[in-house]
Amino acid sequence: MKILVAVKRVIDYNVQIRVKDDGSGVVTDNVKMSTNPPDDNAIEEAVKIKEAGKANEVVAVTVGDDKAQETVRKALAVGADRGILVKVDGTVEPLAVSKVLQKIVEKEKPDLVFMGKQAIDDDCNQTGQMLAALLNWPQATFASKIEMKEKSLEVTREIDEGLETIEVNVPAIVTCDLRLNEPRYASLPNIMKAKKKPIEQINASDLGVDVKPRIEQIKVEEPPKRKAGIKVASVEELVQKLKNEAKVI
Amino acid sequence: MSVLLIAEHNNKELKPFTLNAISAASQINEDVHVLVLGSNSDAVSKAASEVPNVKKVIHVNNPIYENYLAENFTSVVVKLSDSYSHIVCSANTFGKNLMPRVAALLDVSQVSDITKVISEDTFLRPIYAGNAFATVKSNDKIKCVTIRPTSFDPAPTSGGSAEIQNSEAGDATDLSKFIKKEEIKSDRPELGTARVVISGGRGMQSGDNFKLITAVADKLNAAIGASRAAVDAGYITNDHQVGQTGKVVVPDLYIAVGISGAIQHLAGMKESKVIVAINKDGEAPIFSVADYGLEADLFDALPKFLEELNKLNTIQK
Repeated sequence: MKILVAVKRVIDYNVQIRVKDDGSGVVTDNVKMSTNPPDDNAIEEAVKIKEAGKANEVVAVTVGDDKAQETVRKALAVGADRGILVKVDGTVEPLAVSKVLQKIVEKEKPDLVFMGKQAIDDDCNQTGQMLAALLNWPQATFASKIEMKEKSLEVTREIDEGLETIEVNVPAIVTCDLRLNEPRYASLPNIMKAKKKPIEQINASDLGVDVKPRIEQIKVEEPPKRKAGIKVASVEELVQKLKNEAKVI
Repeated sequence: MSVLLIAEHNNKELKPFTLNAISAASQINEDVHVLVLGSNSDAVSKAASEVPNVKKVIHVNNPIYENYLAENFTSVVVKLSDSYSHIVCSANTFGKNLMPRVAALLDVSQVSDITKVISEDTFLRPIYAGNAFATVKSNDKIKCVTIRPTSFDPAPTSGGSAEIQNSEAGDATDLSKFIKKEEIKSDRPELGTARVVISGGRGMQSGDNFKLITAVADKLNAAIGASRAAVDAGYITNDHQVGQTGKVVVPDLYIAVGISGAIQHLAGMKESKVIVAINKDGEAPIFSVADYGLEADLFDALPKFLEELNKLNTIQK
């Protein structure tokens, strides 16, 4: 069993986002970047499956510029065996990423592909489902529990109403929720070891995939600001304000 | 050209957010057709036909559509797509699961989670957990759009009489199989549509302590929410999570109790009309979005809050 895990480099989730003055996007210069949080869960799950003896190789792949290598390197430091960087410059939309990943899947022939359910930058929540469609594989999205069976997976999904369990045949795509597991930290020796693990570099153009964005981004703006509120001194004052000033109770 | 709106339902009734999606769809183009894929779901197509904004209902009745399996739903949508300029559904777990699978097969770059229709090809959508808003224009021939339900008013449910057209089922696949759904039943208003929401965070310290929240929720007829930290800690189930990867709520009144206010949580509630924060840490970021902040120990404040509510002669429901 071979597991391919797709990871994305994004602005760290703790960074306060700033919109560029010219409205062309958000500020990314000198901003801390990290692995998209649910992608960490995807790597963790793949590594756990390998440690349980149910998989023999975990390959981490990313689509991005040279710096996106850091994200692959981090995956290698927590247990992935080797990495792939598919190089593109500029914005790549989920549709383009899924086409690139389709080529990688055709080449690598994994049994499973894991990734985070959503990237916290564009909040699209599309790539896994799109890849599943292009490959005609089943999809188990928003997974909070994965059980390996003989030739299938039983996956518990987080849905609006609660939890849903489905069974998907292998090969399959799984998109991971934050509650799937607790991602480990890389130890210093493992970070050193990861530096020796191979990362193959491929140009997206060599894969014959058109990665040009289809959607025109016209402008990016700050959200409307909430006007500053007040602190109340007591519960009595709070209830009085809610009743007589805000008139919401 | 017309808009094809994919209905979410439970084979008996339309899910409320479908009505919000219908509103958004009719802002794109008035010729809205609703697709009901279900099993023994006549009541659903009838309900959809009575929504005044709906011009036609396409009903596909087949046991393969009893449960949501994107693998089965997709082929019908793709087959029908030729006659439409837009395919629309809610950006909840139903639509998030389904729409990208449709979009990829149509070779369309999907526009997710829009909060505003600017024109038939241009939309506003939040990015970075709502810390920025992007205006985007789709140039694809067919536009696949998911809408944030709480950003659009629900369409009225009666007065219409759209034609119901029965249509053929698509291919069934054996790629995936539904096993079970653990739906949490509650007499409370739904989190996504409640007028009042009261949420607890890590500050609640235990699941048992959520009874303090429940007591206030009962009094205010409120839905109960939670921060990711509270769900991760196992105090409450995931269906209560408010935030970037949970639910987005826009109630008239949102009460955050023992919630520090991480960016990811604010993304799910900061559009609420009135926000109250109760937290003993006066520096907590939640106070920066609160209209009324109370710096207090929640274990003192919540019982007292209930006591004060009990003194009121009337409470809005």
